[in-house]
Amino acid sequence: MEAPQLFTRQTKAIAVARRSLLVIESIPGIRYDEIVDVQLGTGELRTGQVIEVGKETTVVQVFGGVSEVDLLKSKVIYKGETLKLPVSPDILGRIFDGSGNPIDGGPPVIAESYLDINGIPANPSSRIPPAEFIETGISAIDGLNVLVRGQKLPIFSGSGLPHNKIAAQILRQASLRGKSEEFAIVFGAIGVSYDDAAYFIDNLEQTGALSRAVAFINTASSPVIERLSTPRLALTAAEYLAWEQDKHVLVILTDITNYCDALRELAAMRGEIPSRRGYPGYMYTDLASLYERAGRISGREGSVTILPILTMPDDDITHPIADLTGYITEGQIVLSRALERKRIYPPIDVFLSLSRMMKEGIGEGNTREDHNNVFMQSYAMYAEGNYLREISTVIGSEALSDRDKTYLEVSDRFEQEFISQGESERRSVEETLEIAWNLFSVLPVEDLKLIQQQYIDRYLPKSG
Amino acid sequence: MGKIWRISGPVIIAEKMRGSQVYEVVDVGDDRLTGEIIGLEGDKAVIQVYEDTAGLRVGEPVTGTGEILMVDLGPGMVGNIYDGVQRSLVTMQEDIGDFILRGTRTFALDRDKKWRFTPSVKAGDAVGEGDIIGSVPETGLIEHKIMVPIGVEGKILEIHEGDFTIEEPVAVIEHDGTRRELTMVQRWPARKPRIYKRRFDPVDLLVTGTRIIDYLFPLALGGKAAIPGGFGTGKTVNLQQMARWSQTHLNIYVGCGERGNEMADVLHSFKQLKDPATGRMLQEKEIFIANTSNMPVVAREISIFIGITMAEYFRDMGYDVLLVADSTSRWAEAMREIGSRLEETPGEEGFPTYLGSRLSSFYERSGRVECVGNPGRMGSATVIGSVSPPGADFSEPVTQATLRIVDALYSLDVALANKRHFPTINWLQSYSLYADSVDKWWNKISNEYTDVRNEALATLQKEAELEEIVRLVGPEALPEDDKLLLLVARMLREDFLMQSAFHPVDTYTEPKRNHKMIRTIMKFYEISRDMVDSGTLVSDISALKLKQRISRMKDIPNDEFDAYVANIMSDMEQSSVHEEEGGDN
Repeated sequence: MEAPQLFTRQTKAIAVARRSLLVIESIPGIRYDEIVDVQLGTGELRTGQVIEVGKETTVVQVFGGVSEVDLLKSKVIYKGETLKLPVSPDILGRIFDGSGNPIDGGPPVIAESYLDINGIPANPSSRIPPAEFIETGISAIDGLNVLVRGQKLPIFSGSGLPHNKIAAQILRQASLRGKSEEFAIVFGAIGVSYDDAAYFIDNLEQTGALSRAVAFINTASSPVIERLSTPRLALTAAEYLAWEQDKHVLVILTDITNYCDALRELAAMRGEIPSRRGYPGYMYTDLASLYERAGRISGREGSVTILPILTMPDDDITHPIADLTGYITEGQIVLSRALERKRIYPPIDVFLSLSRMMKEGIGEGNTREDHNNVFMQSYAMYAEGNYLREISTVIGSEALSDRDKTYLEVSDRFEQEFISQGESERRSVEETLEIAWNLFSVLPVEDLKLIQQQYIDRYLPKSG
Repeated sequence: MGKIWRISGPVIIAEKMRGSQVYEVVDVGDDRLTGEIIGLEGDKAVIQVYEDTAGLRVGEPVTGTGEILMVDLGPGMVGNIYDGVQRSLVTMQEDIGDFILRGTRTFALDRDKKWRFTPSVKAGDAVGEGDIIGSVPETGLIEHKIMVPIGVEGKILEIHEGDFTIEEPVAVIEHDGTRRELTMVQRWPARKPRIYKRRFDPVDLLVTGTRIIDYLFPLALGGKAAIPGGFGTGKTVNLQQMARWSQTHLNIYVGCGERGNEMADVLHSFKQLKDPATGRMLQEKEIFIANTSNMPVVAREISIFIGITMAEYFRDMGYDVLLVADSTSRWAEAMREIGSRLEETPGEEGFPTYLGSRLSSFYERSGRVECVGNPGRMGSATVIGSVSPPGADFSEPVTQATLRIVDALYSLDVALANKRHFPTINWLQSYSLYADSVDKWWNKISNEYTDVRNEALATLQKEAELEEIVRLVGPEALPEDDKLLLLVARMLREDFLMQSAFHPVDTYTEPKRNHKMIRTIMKFYEISRDMVDSGTLVSDISALKLKQRISRMKDIPNDEFDAYVANIMSDMEQSSVHEEEGGDN
C-alpha cells in the first residue's frame, strides 16, 4: 500500500462562492471526491470536498458554509489524494474523530497501511452465506430473530426508546456459543449527543471491553461532513480487523438517521434534485455502500457484523430512512412504543422484527434441534393471542371461549416472561427455549401443530 | 486518444474524442476503467463509467475501443457468474482475489477450454443466418447449439468434428467468393433485441412449482410478469424459488443492486440443489449476473440488457428460457442517477421521463417466437422482474410504469408477511392475463381446472367480505354456511396457498399434485356443505379427522401422495366421514 503524499499543494483564484460551493479555476492534479482544506483570510481552516473537477473549473463543497470566504485571500489546500485511514493492530483501544484523528489524548497511529475509506466491493463469488449463531443473551433476539456472523441487522427505534441500552447490552453479551473468543468492537457515533457517545464509551470502559474496541465519534456539534466519513472510517477499521487481523468484528453505527439527514443537507446545498422527503435519489446506493460491507469471505477467518441503529421519525416505518435500510439489511429489530408503555424491556415488536438469516443460524449444531419449531409455535401463539385481544376489545372478553381466554393469558405471559428481561440478564439459548416450552405447557397439546411430536416428547414439561 | 475534461460522479466528459460513436466502449483514466459514451458534442464525449470514479483527475487518458457494448455468446456461459458488464467473477476471483479492483479485465468466456463440437451439417450444404451447424454438450442439461451468426450466409466448405476452443474455427463457409471462418462464439450488442421470424401468443404454462402462481395466476412461457413488494415480503425468496424450480431449459438470475449475502446464498444453494425433472445439479441450467448494491451503479443499467441478450440467444436455439431480475427498481434508480448527472429534465419523483419506454424495451424482449434459421424451431424467453416500491406504496412511478407493460402481477403483501403467510402473494390484488390462454394446457391435466380455479377464487373473495363482518360482530354471529365458507377459505390459505420454500417436499409442487391438492379441499367443501344442509354444525366439521388429514397433504412425499389423496377422496365420496368419526368417539 502506497503512503499518501505528505506534501500539500494550494491554489488561490476562487472565482465564485455561493451557498456552500466554491468554484475555483482549474486545479491540476486535484482528484475527484478528495477532501480538501479551505483556508480563510483569517487563517481559519474549513473542510471541503471536491464534488466536480473539470479542465476549466473545479467545484468544492465547503462544510460549514462559505461565510467569510473572500475571493482574494482564501485558498484551497489539497493533497491530490482521497481520504484514507491509517491502520495497524494498535487501533484497538483507541478513540478517533470523524476525520480519523485521535481524540483520546494518545499519539497518532503509526500506520501499517493506509486504506481508502470507501472500501473495495467484495466479489459476490467470494462471499459465503452467514450462518454462525451469535448468542446475544436476549430472548426476543436469540429465540425469534437470531443474529448471525456477517449479518447486517439494524435496530429500528424511535426517539425516547431504549435502543442504546439494547445495543450496549448486545455489545456486552454477544458471544459465540461454546467459544471463549470475543468480538472486536467498532463503534461509530454519527451526530449523536455527547451523552449518548459517552454512554457507550463508559459502558465499554466499565466492562473492560475498550481494549478490544475502536471508536469513531462525531457528535452533534462536530462538522456535518464528518457524519458521512465517520461510518466509512468505522467500517474501514472493521474490514481491516476482520480481513487482515482475522477478528470477528461487531460494528455499531448510531444514529443512521443523522447520517441520512447530513446526506440530505449536503445534497440540497449542491442543488441536487431531491427524491422522497427531500432525501437524494441515490440514498439507497449510498446506504448500501455502508451496509454491504458486512459479510464473510471464503478462506478468511474474520467476519464483519453490522448493527446500525436508526430512529424512525414519528415512529414511521415507511419513512425513507427505515424503508431503504430495510431493503438493504437482512431483517430488522423493531422497537415498539406500545410495549415500552407496558414497561417491557426490551420492547421488541416481534411481528415487525425479522431476521432473514435465521434459518441458517439455528437448529442442531447451531442452537438446538427444536429451535425452529419453537420459533414458529411461539409466533403462532402470540399472534393468536393478539388477534383475540383485538376482537375482544370489540365484542368483549366475555364472549370468548375458554380456549380463547387461555390464549389471551398466555400471550400476556409471553410478553412478561419471554420478551421481557433484565438489562444485565444474560439468557442462554436453552433458557430462552425453556421459557417458551413452559408457556406451551399451558396450551392444549393438540394445538402444538407446528412442533414435531418427538420434540414435544422430549421438551414439553410434564404437567403436575 | 482523448483526455478527461470534467468529472461529476459516474459521468465524465472527455475532450479530443472526435471519431468516436455513441455507445462506444472506452477505457477511462490511468486505471483503465470501463465506460460507455452516451453523448457526443463537437470533440467532447459524455461517458458513463461502469466503475467507481473517485480519485480520477482531469487530463487522464480516455481511449476508445471502436466497439459498442457487446455480449459474448458461446459455450462457457452456463453456470458462470458475471458482474454487470459481463466480467466473469469466477475468473476474477482466481486472478485477483476476493475484492473487485477497479480496471480489472476478464474474459466472459474461457478462451482455453476445449469443447466437443459435433456438426449437424456437412460440407457442401448451404446455410443461412440462424442455421444450426452443430452443437456442444455444455453441461449435463444444456446442449449448446452453434448457430450461423445473424447476417452471415454461404456454402459450407469444411466443417470438423472434434475438440475446439471457442476461438478456433469449426467451419469455413464461402459466400460470393469470400471465405469466412466460423467459431463457436458470436457477439451481439446488448441494447439491441435479437431477431426472430414470428411471434406467437404465449399459451403453455411455465411451471414454477409455486402453487398460487401455477394454479391461480399462471404464467405462460414467453410471458412477462412483475413482483412488487415492500421490504420483508420475500421478493427475493420468490424469485429464487422461480429460478430454482421453473421447468424451463435455462434460467438466468440477474441480481441487480441487491444484497451480497443473499447473492452468496443463491450461488451456494444452486451448487447443492437438484432439478426436480432431471435430477441434475441446478447450476447446470443457470447463468448468474451479480451486480450487488455496493457495486457501481451504472453497471446496473446495462446488466439487465446483458441478461436479456443471453436469454434471447438461448431462445434462438429453441429453448425455453426464464430471466428473473431482482430488482428493477434499483435499475430504475441507476437511470435516475445518470439522468440527474446529465441535468436532464426529470419526470415523476426525479425519474427520467423515458423510464416507461426503457422498462418496456426490456420487458418487450420476452416472448414465444419461431426462431430464425434451420431446422425450424420455437423458443421462448420469459421475464419476471421484482419491484421494490418505497414504503410498499404501489402508486410510485416504477411500479406504475411496470404495471402498464406486464401481463401478470404477483403483488406481495406486507400484512401477510407480518402474519408469516408465505409466499405473501396477495390473492385479491394479483392477476394474470395468461389465465385464459393456458386454460387449454391445464385442461390436459384435468378438465375440472377452470371450475376449481373459479370456485377457489370466489371463496377467497367472499372470505374477505365476511372478514369485515366478523370484525364487527364476532365469528359466532354468522350463519352456519358462512362459517363453513370461512373454514374452507382458511384451509385454502393454510393448506394450499401457504407453501414453505424451505421444506424439501413443499418447496416444489408439480401441476398434477397441485391440482389434486386444491381439488381435495374443494371436494371437502362440497361434502361439508351437504352436511351443513342436513344440520351438522361447522364446529363439528372443523373437528373432523379428515380435515387434519387434508392439512397434512403438503408434506406427504411425492411417491406416497397419490395414494394418500386417493384415500381421502374415496372416504369423502363414500360419505364415510360420519362413520369414521362415529367409530372414533
